[in-house]
Amino acid sequence: MNEFLNALISQSFLYYALLAGLLASIACGLTGPYVVVKRISFLAGGISHSVLSGMGAAIFFGFDPVAGALAAAVVGAVLIGYISLQWRIHEDTLISALWAIGMASGILFMAKTPGYQTDLMSYLFGNILLVSAANLRFMLITDVILLLAITVWYRQFLAVVFDEEFARLRGVPVIFFYLLLLTLIAVTVVMLIQVVGLIMVLALLTLPAAMAAQYVRTLSRMMLLSILFGSLFTFFGLALSYSMDLPTGPTIILLAGGCYILSTLLSKIRFYRVA
Amino acid sequence: MPDGIEMHNVSFSYGSMMVLENINLVVHRGDMLGLIGPNGGGKSTLLKLILGFIKPRTGRISVLGKTPGQIKRRLGYVPQQPGFARDFPINVEQTVLLGRLGMGTGQGWLNSLFYRRYSELDYNETYKALREVGTEHLAGRSMDSLSGGQLQRILIARALVADPEILLLDEPTANIDQESESNIFSLLKKLNRRMTILIVSHDLGFISSYVTRVACVNRTMLEYDTESIDGHVIKDLYGSKVRMISPHATHE
Repeated sequence: MNEFLNALISQSFLYYALLAGLLASIACGLTGPYVVVKRISFLAGGISHSVLSGMGAAIFFGFDPVAGALAAAVVGAVLIGYISLQWRIHEDTLISALWAIGMASGILFMAKTPGYQTDLMSYLFGNILLVSAANLRFMLITDVILLLAITVWYRQFLAVVFDEEFARLRGVPVIFFYLLLLTLIAVTVVMLIQVVGLIMVLALLTLPAAMAAQYVRTLSRMMLLSILFGSLFTFFGLALSYSMDLPTGPTIILLAGGCYILSTLLSKIRFYRVA
Repeated sequence: MPDGIEMHNVSFSYGSMMVLENINLVVHRGDMLGLIGPNGGGKSTLLKLILGFIKPRTGRISVLGKTPGQIKRRLGYVPQQPGFARDFPINVEQTVLLGRLGMGTGQGWLNSLFYRRYSELDYNETYKALREVGTEHLAGRSMDSLSGGQLQRILIARALVADPEILLLDEPTANIDQESESNIFSLLKKLNRRMTILIVSHDLGFISSYVTRVACVNRTMLEYDTESIDGHVIKDLYGSKVRMISPHATHE
Protein backbone atom coordinates (compact mmCIF):
# COMPACT_ATOMS: atom_id res chain seq x y z
CA MET A 1 0.00 0.00 0.00
CA ASN A 2 2.85 2.40 0.85
CA GLU A 3 4.42 1.59 -2.46
CA PHE A 4 1.13 2.51 -4.18
CA LEU A 5 0.85 5.81 -2.29
CA ASN A 6 4.40 6.75 -3.26
CA ALA A 7 3.73 5.85 -6.89
CA LEU A 8 0.57 7.95 -6.74
CA ILE A 9 2.65 11.04 -6.02
CA SER A 10 5.47 10.32 -8.44
CA GLN A 11 3.55 8.92 -11.43
CA SER A 12 0.93 11.20 -12.94
CA PHE A 13 -0.88 8.44 -14.88
CA LEU A 14 -1.70 6.74 -11.59
CA TYR A 15 -2.83 10.02 -10.08
CA TYR A 16 -5.10 10.63 -13.09
CA ALA A 17 -6.45 7.12 -12.82
CA LEU A 18 -7.38 7.65 -9.18
CA LEU A 19 -9.08 10.97 -9.96
CA ALA A 20 -10.99 9.31 -12.79
CA GLY A 21 -12.10 6.54 -10.45
CA LEU A 22 -13.32 8.99 -7.84
CA LEU A 23 -15.16 11.17 -10.38
CA ALA A 24 -16.78 8.05 -11.82
CA SER A 25 -17.79 6.94 -8.32
CA ILE A 26 -19.62 10.23 -7.78
CA ALA A 27 -21.53 9.78 -11.06
CA CYS A 28 -22.55 6.20 -10.40
CA GLY A 29 -23.37 7.02 -6.79
CA LEU A 30 -25.83 9.62 -8.04
CA THR A 31 -27.55 7.59 -10.77
CA GLY A 32 -26.95 4.00 -9.61
CA PRO A 33 -29.55 4.15 -6.81
CA TYR A 34 -32.26 4.98 -9.38
CA VAL A 35 -31.27 1.93 -11.44
CA VAL A 36 -31.45 -0.26 -8.35
CA VAL A 37 -34.72 0.98 -6.83
CA LYS A 38 -36.52 1.20 -10.18
CA ARG A 39 -35.09 -2.22 -11.13
CA ILE A 40 -34.01 -1.15 -14.58
CA SER A 41 -30.54 -2.68 -14.73
CA PHE A 42 -31.52 -4.55 -17.89
CA LEU A 43 -32.52 -1.24 -19.45
CA ALA A 44 -29.24 0.31 -18.33
CA GLY A 45 -27.42 -2.69 -19.81
CA GLY A 46 -29.14 -2.15 -23.15
CA ILE A 47 -28.21 1.52 -23.15
CA SER A 48 -24.58 0.88 -22.22
CA HIS A 49 -24.01 -1.78 -24.86
CA SER A 50 -25.67 0.20 -27.63
CA VAL A 51 -23.08 2.91 -26.89
CA LEU A 52 -20.51 0.89 -28.83
CA SER A 53 -22.33 1.70 -32.09
CA GLY A 54 -21.70 5.42 -31.53
CA MET A 55 -18.06 4.84 -30.63
CA GLY A 56 -17.52 2.71 -33.70
CA ALA A 57 -19.23 5.20 -36.00
CA ALA A 58 -17.24 8.11 -34.52
CA ILE A 59 -13.95 6.28 -35.10
CA PHE A 60 -14.99 5.32 -38.63
CA PHE A 61 -15.96 8.89 -39.58
CA GLY A 62 -13.00 10.40 -37.73
CA PHE A 63 -14.65 12.00 -34.70
CA ASP A 64 -13.82 11.75 -31.02
CA PRO A 65 -15.06 8.33 -29.80
CA VAL A 66 -16.30 9.86 -26.52
CA ALA A 67 -18.50 12.29 -28.47
CA GLY A 68 -19.84 9.35 -30.49
CA ALA A 69 -20.47 7.39 -27.31
CA LEU A 70 -22.30 10.33 -25.78
CA ALA A 71 -24.53 10.77 -28.83
CA ALA A 72 -25.30 7.05 -29.00
CA ALA A 73 -25.99 6.95 -25.26
CA VAL A 74 -28.53 9.74 -25.41
CA VAL A 75 -30.24 8.29 -28.50
CA GLY A 76 -30.18 4.83 -26.90
CA ALA A 77 -31.65 6.14 -23.64
CA VAL A 78 -34.54 7.92 -25.34
CA LEU A 79 -35.22 4.99 -27.70
CA ILE A 80 -35.08 2.33 -24.99
CA GLY A 81 -37.02 4.50 -22.56
CA TYR A 82 -39.71 5.07 -25.14
CA ILE A 83 -39.91 1.33 -25.84
CA SER A 84 -40.28 0.53 -22.16
CA LEU A 85 -43.07 3.09 -21.80
CA GLN A 86 -45.00 2.29 -24.98
CA TRP A 87 -44.40 -1.39 -25.76
CA ARG A 88 -44.08 -2.86 -22.31
CA ILE A 89 -45.14 -6.32 -23.54
CA HIS A 90 -42.19 -6.60 -25.93
CA GLU A 91 -39.82 -4.62 -23.74
CA ASP A 92 -37.21 -7.27 -22.98
CA THR A 93 -37.02 -8.66 -26.51
CA LEU A 94 -36.69 -5.22 -28.07
CA ILE A 95 -34.04 -4.14 -25.59
CA SER A 96 -32.06 -7.36 -26.15
CA ALA A 97 -32.20 -6.65 -29.88
CA LEU A 98 -30.94 -3.07 -29.47
CA TRP A 99 -28.26 -4.34 -27.07
CA ALA A 100 -26.90 -6.78 -29.67
CA ILE A 101 -27.40 -4.54 -32.72
CA GLY A 102 -25.56 -1.72 -30.98
CA MET A 103 -22.56 -3.89 -30.19
CA ALA A 104 -22.46 -5.61 -33.57
CA SER A 105 -22.64 -2.37 -35.57
CA GLY A 106 -19.96 -0.81 -33.39
CA ILE A 107 -17.59 -3.71 -33.99
CA LEU A 108 -18.29 -3.63 -37.77
CA PHE A 109 -17.51 0.11 -37.90
CA MET A 110 -14.25 -0.45 -36.07
CA ALA A 111 -13.28 -3.39 -38.26
CA LYS A 112 -13.84 -1.32 -41.39
CA THR A 113 -11.97 1.76 -40.20
CA PRO A 114 -9.01 2.01 -42.63
CA GLY A 115 -5.52 2.27 -41.21
CA TYR A 116 -6.68 2.37 -37.63
CA GLN A 117 -5.90 -0.48 -35.28
CA THR A 118 -8.59 0.08 -32.70
CA ASP A 119 -7.97 -1.47 -29.36
CA LEU A 120 -11.43 -2.95 -28.96
CA MET A 121 -10.37 -4.54 -25.69
CA SER A 122 -9.87 -1.18 -24.00
CA TYR A 123 -13.45 -0.15 -24.84
CA LEU A 124 -14.87 -3.44 -23.68
CA PHE A 125 -12.82 -3.79 -20.51
CA GLY A 126 -11.72 -0.21 -19.90
CA ASN A 127 -8.30 1.25 -19.41
CA ILE A 128 -8.27 3.65 -16.55
CA LEU A 129 -4.50 4.06 -16.82
CA LEU A 130 -4.92 5.81 -20.20
CA VAL A 131 -7.20 8.55 -18.88
CA SER A 132 -6.12 12.00 -20.10
CA ALA A 133 -6.53 15.45 -18.57
CA ALA A 134 -9.22 16.14 -21.18
CA ASN A 135 -11.08 13.00 -20.06
CA LEU A 136 -10.94 14.21 -16.48
CA ARG A 137 -12.37 17.58 -17.45
CA PHE A 138 -15.25 15.85 -19.25
CA MET A 139 -15.88 13.72 -16.16
CA LEU A 140 -15.87 16.71 -13.83
CA ILE A 141 -18.34 18.62 -16.01
CA THR A 142 -20.57 15.54 -16.20
CA ASP A 143 -20.53 15.20 -12.41
CA VAL A 144 -21.57 18.81 -11.98
CA ILE A 145 -24.42 18.43 -14.48
CA LEU A 146 -25.63 15.24 -12.80
CA LEU A 147 -25.48 16.82 -9.36
CA LEU A 148 -27.40 19.89 -10.52
CA ALA A 149 -30.11 17.91 -12.32
CA ILE A 150 -30.61 15.49 -9.45
CA THR A 151 -30.74 18.26 -6.83
CA VAL A 152 -33.14 20.45 -8.77
CA TRP A 153 -35.54 17.65 -9.74
CA TYR A 154 -35.02 15.34 -6.78
CA ARG A 155 -38.74 15.19 -5.96
CA GLN A 156 -39.82 14.72 -9.57
CA PHE A 157 -37.35 11.89 -10.15
CA LEU A 158 -38.35 10.34 -6.82
CA ALA A 159 -42.03 10.54 -7.74
CA VAL A 160 -41.41 8.96 -11.15
CA VAL A 161 -39.31 6.04 -9.91
CA PHE A 162 -41.46 5.53 -6.80
CA ASP A 163 -44.95 5.51 -8.28
CA GLU A 164 -45.36 6.40 -11.94
CA GLU A 165 -49.15 6.37 -11.97
CA PHE A 166 -49.45 8.60 -8.94
CA ALA A 167 -46.83 11.01 -10.30
CA ARG A 168 -48.91 11.32 -13.47
CA LEU A 169 -51.99 12.12 -11.42
CA ARG A 170 -50.10 14.89 -9.61
CA GLY A 171 -49.29 16.49 -12.96
CA VAL A 172 -45.63 15.45 -13.12
CA PRO A 173 -44.60 15.04 -16.81
CA VAL A 174 -43.66 11.40 -16.25
CA ILE A 175 -42.40 10.62 -19.76
CA PHE A 176 -40.13 13.68 -19.80
CA PHE A 177 -38.57 12.94 -16.42
CA TYR A 178 -38.25 9.21 -17.08
CA LEU A 179 -36.41 9.85 -20.35
CA LEU A 180 -34.29 12.56 -18.71
CA LEU A 181 -33.34 10.15 -15.93
CA LEU A 182 -32.37 7.47 -18.46
CA THR A 183 -30.30 10.07 -20.31
CA LEU A 184 -28.45 10.93 -17.09
CA ILE A 185 -27.83 7.21 -16.56
CA ALA A 186 -26.57 6.95 -20.15
CA VAL A 187 -24.12 9.80 -19.60
CA THR A 188 -22.89 8.07 -16.45
CA VAL A 189 -22.39 4.92 -18.49
CA VAL A 190 -20.19 6.75 -21.02
CA MET A 191 -18.08 8.00 -18.14
CA LEU A 192 -17.81 4.57 -16.55
CA ILE A 193 -16.76 2.98 -19.84
CA GLN A 194 -13.45 4.81 -19.55
CA VAL A 195 -12.88 3.34 -16.12
CA VAL A 196 -14.08 -0.26 -16.24
CA GLY A 197 -15.19 -0.70 -19.86
CA LEU A 198 -18.49 -1.50 -21.50
CA ILE A 199 -18.89 -5.05 -20.23
CA MET A 200 -18.52 -4.20 -16.57
CA VAL A 201 -20.31 -0.85 -16.45
CA LEU A 202 -23.43 -2.37 -14.99
CA ALA A 203 -21.57 -3.74 -11.98
CA LEU A 204 -20.14 -0.37 -10.96
CA LEU A 205 -23.51 1.28 -11.55
CA THR A 206 -25.50 -1.15 -9.42
CA LEU A 207 -23.24 -2.85 -6.85
CA PRO A 208 -22.40 0.20 -4.68
CA ALA A 209 -26.06 1.28 -4.74
CA ALA A 210 -27.41 -2.19 -3.98
CA MET A 211 -24.96 -2.49 -1.10
CA ALA A 212 -25.95 0.96 0.21
CA ALA A 213 -29.60 -0.09 0.15
CA GLN A 214 -28.79 -2.70 2.79
CA TYR A 215 -27.76 0.00 5.28
CA VAL A 216 -29.88 3.12 4.68
CA ARG A 217 -33.57 3.68 3.99
CA THR A 218 -33.76 6.89 1.95
CA LEU A 219 -32.75 7.53 -1.64
CA SER A 220 -30.52 10.54 -0.81
CA ARG A 221 -28.57 8.61 1.84
CA MET A 222 -28.29 5.74 -0.60
CA MET A 223 -26.59 8.14 -3.01
CA LEU A 224 -24.09 9.39 -0.41
CA LEU A 225 -23.23 5.88 0.72
CA SER A 226 -22.94 4.62 -2.89
CA ILE A 227 -20.46 7.39 -3.63
CA LEU A 228 -18.43 6.33 -0.59
CA PHE A 229 -18.53 2.63 -1.51
CA GLY A 230 -17.71 3.36 -5.16
CA SER A 231 -14.73 5.50 -4.14
CA LEU A 232 -13.42 2.81 -1.82
CA PHE A 233 -13.78 0.14 -4.51
CA THR A 234 -11.92 2.19 -7.12
CA PHE A 235 -9.20 3.31 -4.70
CA PHE A 236 -8.43 -0.12 -3.31
CA GLY A 237 -9.04 -1.77 -6.68
CA LEU A 238 -6.46 0.53 -8.23
CA ALA A 239 -3.99 -0.09 -5.41
CA LEU A 240 -4.47 -3.83 -5.63
CA SER A 241 -4.10 -3.91 -9.41
CA TYR A 242 -0.94 -1.77 -9.18
CA SER A 243 0.83 -3.80 -6.52
CA MET A 244 -0.16 -7.19 -7.98
CA ASP A 245 0.14 -6.15 -11.63
CA LEU A 246 -3.48 -7.00 -12.54
CA PRO A 247 -5.81 -5.33 -15.07
CA THR A 248 -7.51 -2.47 -13.18
CA GLY A 249 -11.14 -2.72 -14.41
CA PRO A 250 -11.69 -6.37 -13.49
CA THR A 251 -9.89 -5.88 -10.15
CA ILE A 252 -12.25 -3.04 -9.19
CA ILE A 253 -15.28 -5.07 -10.25
CA LEU A 254 -14.17 -8.20 -8.39
CA LEU A 255 -13.58 -6.14 -5.26
CA ALA A 256 -17.03 -4.53 -5.58
CA GLY A 257 -18.70 -7.87 -6.33
CA GLY A 258 -16.96 -9.60 -3.44
CA CYS A 259 -17.91 -6.86 -0.98
CA TYR A 260 -21.50 -6.88 -2.21
CA ILE A 261 -21.87 -10.63 -1.76
CA LEU A 262 -20.24 -10.48 1.66
CA SER A 263 -22.47 -7.61 2.72
CA THR A 264 -25.57 -9.44 1.49
CA LEU A 265 -24.64 -12.56 3.48
CA LEU A 266 -23.97 -10.46 6.58
CA SER A 267 -27.30 -8.66 6.28
CA LYS A 268 -29.09 -12.02 5.95
CA ILE A 269 -27.40 -13.27 9.12
CA ARG A 270 -28.35 -10.03 10.89
CA PHE A 271 -31.92 -10.49 9.69
CA TYR A 272 -32.20 -14.04 11.05
CA ARG A 273 -30.72 -13.06 14.39
CA VAL A 274 -33.32 -10.34 14.79
CA ALA A 275 -36.17 -12.52 13.57
CA MET B 1 -72.43 24.32 -10.66
CA PRO B 2 -71.41 21.27 -12.71
CA ASP B 3 -71.88 17.80 -11.28
CA GLY B 4 -69.06 15.79 -9.72
CA ILE B 5 -68.74 13.20 -12.46
CA GLU B 6 -70.84 12.77 -15.60
CA MET B 7 -70.41 9.94 -18.10
CA HIS B 8 -72.45 9.87 -21.29
CA ASN B 9 -72.54 6.72 -23.45
CA VAL B 10 -68.96 5.89 -22.56
CA SER B 11 -67.40 2.77 -24.11
CA PHE B 12 -63.92 1.38 -23.70
CA SER B 13 -62.14 -1.67 -25.08
CA TYR B 14 -58.74 -3.25 -24.66
CA GLY B 15 -57.98 -4.24 -28.24
CA SER B 16 -61.05 -6.04 -29.49
CA MET B 17 -62.30 -6.88 -26.00
CA MET B 18 -65.12 -4.58 -25.00
CA VAL B 19 -64.72 -3.76 -21.30
CA LEU B 20 -67.32 -1.05 -20.91
CA GLU B 21 -70.24 -0.34 -23.20
CA ASN B 22 -72.58 2.63 -23.20
CA ILE B 23 -72.03 3.62 -19.62
CA ASN B 24 -74.11 6.47 -18.25
CA LEU B 25 -73.37 7.67 -14.77
CA VAL B 26 -73.86 10.83 -12.76
CA VAL B 27 -72.11 11.31 -9.43
CA HIS B 28 -73.41 14.38 -7.62
CA ARG B 29 -71.26 16.52 -5.39
CA GLY B 30 -71.35 15.24 -1.85
CA ASP B 31 -72.26 11.72 -2.91
CA MET B 32 -70.61 8.68 -1.40
CA LEU B 33 -71.10 6.23 -4.22
CA GLY B 34 -70.34 2.53 -4.01
CA LEU B 35 -69.41 1.11 -7.40
CA ILE B 36 -69.91 -2.65 -7.32
CA GLY B 37 -69.85 -5.49 -9.79
CA PRO B 38 -68.13 -8.81 -10.52
CA ASN B 39 -64.37 -9.09 -10.95
CA GLY B 40 -63.48 -8.23 -14.53
CA GLY B 41 -66.71 -6.25 -14.85
CA GLY B 42 -64.85 -3.03 -15.65
CA LYS B 43 -64.89 -1.24 -12.28
CA SER B 44 -61.20 -0.36 -12.20
CA THR B 45 -61.30 0.61 -15.88
CA LEU B 46 -64.11 3.01 -15.07
CA LEU B 47 -61.94 4.63 -12.39
CA LYS B 48 -59.00 4.92 -14.79
CA LEU B 49 -61.27 6.69 -17.28
CA ILE B 50 -62.39 9.19 -14.65
CA LEU B 51 -58.76 9.78 -13.63
CA GLY B 52 -57.78 10.34 -17.26
CA PHE B 53 -55.20 7.53 -17.33
CA ILE B 54 -57.04 6.10 -20.35
CA LYS B 55 -59.36 7.69 -22.88
CA PRO B 56 -62.82 6.41 -23.76
CA ARG B 57 -63.31 4.92 -27.22
CA THR B 58 -66.63 6.70 -27.52
CA GLY B 59 -68.72 8.92 -25.29
CA ARG B 60 -67.98 11.89 -23.09
CA ILE B 61 -66.69 12.20 -19.52
CA SER B 62 -66.81 15.38 -17.54
CA VAL B 63 -65.37 15.72 -14.05
CA LEU B 64 -66.27 18.88 -12.11
CA GLY B 65 -67.27 20.30 -15.50
CA LYS B 66 -63.86 19.69 -17.10
CA THR B 67 -62.21 16.85 -19.00
CA PRO B 68 -60.41 14.25 -16.84
CA GLY B 69 -56.99 15.36 -18.12
CA GLN B 70 -57.57 18.97 -17.04
CA ILE B 71 -58.88 18.12 -13.62
CA LYS B 72 -56.68 15.29 -12.37
CA ARG B 73 -54.82 17.40 -9.80
CA ARG B 74 -58.11 18.05 -7.98
CA LEU B 75 -58.78 14.32 -7.65
CA GLY B 76 -57.54 12.03 -4.93
CA TYR B 77 -56.84 8.42 -5.86
CA VAL B 78 -56.22 5.41 -3.67
CA PRO B 79 -55.22 2.46 -5.87
CA GLN B 80 -56.01 -1.18 -5.12
CA GLN B 81 -52.37 -2.20 -5.31
CA PRO B 82 -49.85 0.50 -4.46
CA GLY B 83 -47.87 1.41 -7.60
CA PHE B 84 -44.58 1.04 -5.76
CA ALA B 85 -42.40 -1.74 -4.39
CA ARG B 86 -42.93 -2.09 -0.65
CA ASP B 87 -39.17 -2.21 -0.01
CA PHE B 88 -38.56 1.13 -1.76
CA PRO B 89 -36.20 3.23 0.39
CA ILE B 90 -38.71 5.85 1.52
CA ASN B 91 -40.54 6.55 4.76
CA VAL B 92 -44.17 7.39 5.45
CA GLU B 93 -43.60 11.14 5.77
CA GLN B 94 -41.78 11.35 2.42
CA THR B 95 -44.43 9.20 0.73
CA VAL B 96 -47.25 11.46 1.86
CA LEU B 97 -45.24 14.59 1.02
CA LEU B 98 -45.03 13.38 -2.59
CA GLY B 99 -48.80 13.84 -2.69
CA ARG B 100 -48.09 17.59 -2.48
CA LEU B 101 -46.36 17.60 -5.87
CA GLY B 102 -48.13 19.91 -8.25
CA MET B 103 -49.60 22.01 -5.42
CA GLY B 104 -48.81 25.70 -5.27
CA THR B 105 -47.24 25.71 -8.71
CA GLY B 106 -49.04 26.95 -11.79
CA GLN B 107 -51.03 24.64 -13.99
CA GLY B 108 -48.67 24.64 -16.97
CA TRP B 109 -46.31 21.85 -17.93
CA LEU B 110 -43.31 24.19 -17.65
CA ASN B 111 -44.13 25.04 -14.05
CA SER B 112 -43.24 21.52 -12.99
CA LEU B 113 -39.67 22.15 -14.18
CA PHE B 114 -38.94 24.92 -11.69
CA TYR B 115 -37.06 24.09 -8.56
CA ARG B 116 -39.17 24.16 -5.43
CA ARG B 117 -38.49 22.73 -2.00
CA TYR B 118 -41.20 21.43 0.27
CA SER B 119 -42.68 24.40 2.07
CA GLU B 120 -43.84 24.77 5.64
CA LEU B 121 -47.37 24.36 4.28
CA ASP B 122 -46.47 21.06 2.61
CA TYR B 123 -45.26 19.67 5.94
CA ASN B 124 -48.25 21.07 7.84
CA GLU B 125 -50.70 19.52 5.37
CA THR B 126 -48.81 16.22 5.49
CA TYR B 127 -49.06 15.99 9.28
CA LYS B 128 -52.66 17.16 9.21
CA ALA B 129 -53.51 14.33 6.82
CA LEU B 130 -51.54 11.78 8.86
CA ARG B 131 -53.44 12.89 11.99
CA GLU B 132 -56.74 12.71 10.19
CA VAL B 133 -56.20 9.07 9.19
CA GLY B 134 -54.76 8.32 12.66
CA THR B 135 -51.20 7.44 11.64
CA GLU B 136 -49.13 10.40 12.81
CA HIS B 137 -46.99 8.08 14.96
CA LEU B 138 -45.91 6.17 11.82
CA ALA B 139 -44.32 9.19 10.08
CA GLY B 140 -40.75 7.92 10.41
CA ARG B 141 -41.50 4.29 9.56
CA SER B 142 -40.45 2.66 6.30
CA MET B 143 -43.22 1.51 3.96
CA ASP B 144 -42.42 -2.19 4.23
CA SER B 145 -42.91 -2.16 8.00
CA LEU B 146 -46.60 -1.27 7.73
CA SER B 147 -49.58 -3.60 8.11
CA GLY B 148 -52.19 -3.75 5.35
CA GLY B 149 -54.55 -1.44 7.24
CA GLN B 150 -51.78 1.06 8.02
CA LEU B 151 -50.63 1.10 4.38
CA GLN B 152 -54.18 1.81 3.24
CA ARG B 153 -54.45 4.76 5.64
CA ILE B 154 -51.13 6.16 4.42
CA LEU B 155 -52.36 5.90 0.82
CA ILE B 156 -55.51 7.79 1.83
CA ALA B 157 -53.36 10.43 3.56
CA ARG B 158 -51.26 10.78 0.39
CA ALA B 159 -54.46 11.47 -1.55
CA LEU B 160 -55.76 13.91 1.10
CA VAL B 161 -52.71 16.23 1.19
CA ALA B 162 -53.67 17.62 -2.19
CA ASP B 163 -57.08 18.63 -0.76
CA PRO B 164 -59.06 16.77 -3.45
CA GLU B 165 -62.65 17.57 -4.31
CA ILE B 166 -63.36 13.99 -5.31
CA LEU B 167 -61.76 10.96 -3.67
CA LEU B 168 -61.67 7.74 -5.70
CA LEU B 169 -60.79 4.47 -3.99
CA ASP B 170 -60.24 1.12 -5.70
CA GLU B 171 -61.06 -1.80 -3.36
CA PRO B 172 -59.70 0.04 -0.31
CA THR B 173 -60.36 -2.88 2.01
CA ALA B 174 -59.38 -5.83 -0.19
CA ASN B 175 -56.32 -6.94 1.78
CA ILE B 176 -57.14 -6.03 5.36
CA ASP B 177 -58.96 -7.51 8.33
CA GLN B 178 -62.57 -6.84 9.32
CA GLU B 179 -61.81 -4.37 12.09
CA SER B 180 -59.52 -2.18 9.98
CA GLU B 181 -62.16 -2.38 7.26
CA SER B 182 -64.89 -0.82 9.39
CA ASN B 183 -62.40 1.77 10.70
CA ILE B 184 -61.55 2.80 7.16
CA PHE B 185 -65.20 3.08 6.18
CA SER B 186 -65.91 5.24 9.24
CA LEU B 187 -63.01 7.44 8.20
CA LEU B 188 -64.39 7.72 4.65
CA LYS B 189 -67.83 8.56 6.05
CA LYS B 190 -66.23 11.44 7.95
CA LEU B 191 -64.32 12.62 4.86
CA ASN B 192 -67.56 12.52 2.87
CA ARG B 193 -68.74 15.60 4.78
CA ARG B 194 -66.31 17.69 2.79
CA MET B 195 -65.67 15.73 -0.41
CA THR B 196 -67.37 13.53 -2.98
CA ILE B 197 -66.32 9.91 -2.64
CA LEU B 198 -66.44 7.02 -5.10
CA ILE B 199 -65.53 3.58 -3.76
CA VAL B 200 -65.02 0.55 -5.98
CA SER B 201 -65.78 -2.73 -4.27
CA HIS B 202 -66.74 -6.27 -5.18
CA ASP B 203 -68.41 -6.68 -1.80
CA LEU B 204 -71.76 -4.91 -1.59
CA GLY B 205 -72.67 -6.47 1.75
CA PHE B 206 -70.27 -4.38 3.73
CA ILE B 207 -70.26 -1.24 1.64
CA SER B 208 -74.06 -0.90 1.75
CA SER B 209 -74.21 0.40 5.31
CA TYR B 210 -71.85 3.27 4.56
CA VAL B 211 -72.53 4.60 1.07
CA THR B 212 -75.36 6.91 0.07
CA ARG B 213 -75.84 5.35 -3.36
CA VAL B 214 -74.83 2.20 -5.20
CA ALA B 215 -74.08 1.63 -8.86
CA CYS B 216 -73.53 -1.78 -10.47
CA VAL B 217 -71.23 -2.22 -13.42
CA ASN B 218 -70.73 -5.34 -15.49
CA ARG B 219 -69.54 -4.32 -18.95
CA THR B 220 -72.82 -3.30 -20.54
CA MET B 221 -75.03 -2.28 -17.70
CA LEU B 222 -74.67 0.31 -15.12
CA GLU B 223 -77.83 0.44 -13.06
CA TYR B 224 -78.17 2.75 -10.16
CA ASP B 225 -80.81 4.57 -8.24
CA THR B 226 -80.86 8.31 -8.55
CA GLU B 227 -82.35 8.93 -5.12
CA SER B 228 -80.41 8.79 -1.90
CA ILE B 229 -81.23 5.50 -0.26
CA ASP B 230 -80.93 3.92 3.14
CA GLY B 231 -79.70 0.48 4.14
CA HIS B 232 -83.06 -1.25 3.61
CA VAL B 233 -83.39 -0.12 0.03
CA ILE B 234 -79.85 -1.24 -0.72
CA LYS B 235 -80.68 -4.66 0.67
CA ASP B 236 -83.67 -4.83 -1.64
CA LEU B 237 -81.51 -3.72 -4.52
CA TYR B 238 -78.85 -6.21 -3.60
CA GLY B 239 -81.47 -8.97 -3.51
CA SER B 240 -82.79 -8.20 -6.95
CA LYS B 241 -79.33 -7.76 -8.44
CA VAL B 242 -77.73 -10.78 -6.85
CA ARG B 243 -77.60 -12.74 -10.10
CA MET B 244 -75.97 -9.89 -11.89
CA ILE B 245 -73.11 -9.47 -9.47
CA SER B 246 -72.47 -13.18 -8.91
CA PRO B 247 -69.30 -14.48 -10.61
CA HIS B 248 -71.37 -16.66 -12.96
CA ALA B 249 -72.87 -13.62 -14.57
CA THR B 250 -69.59 -12.91 -16.31
CA HIS B 251 -69.93 -16.02 -18.50
CA GLU B 252 -72.17 -14.87 -21.28
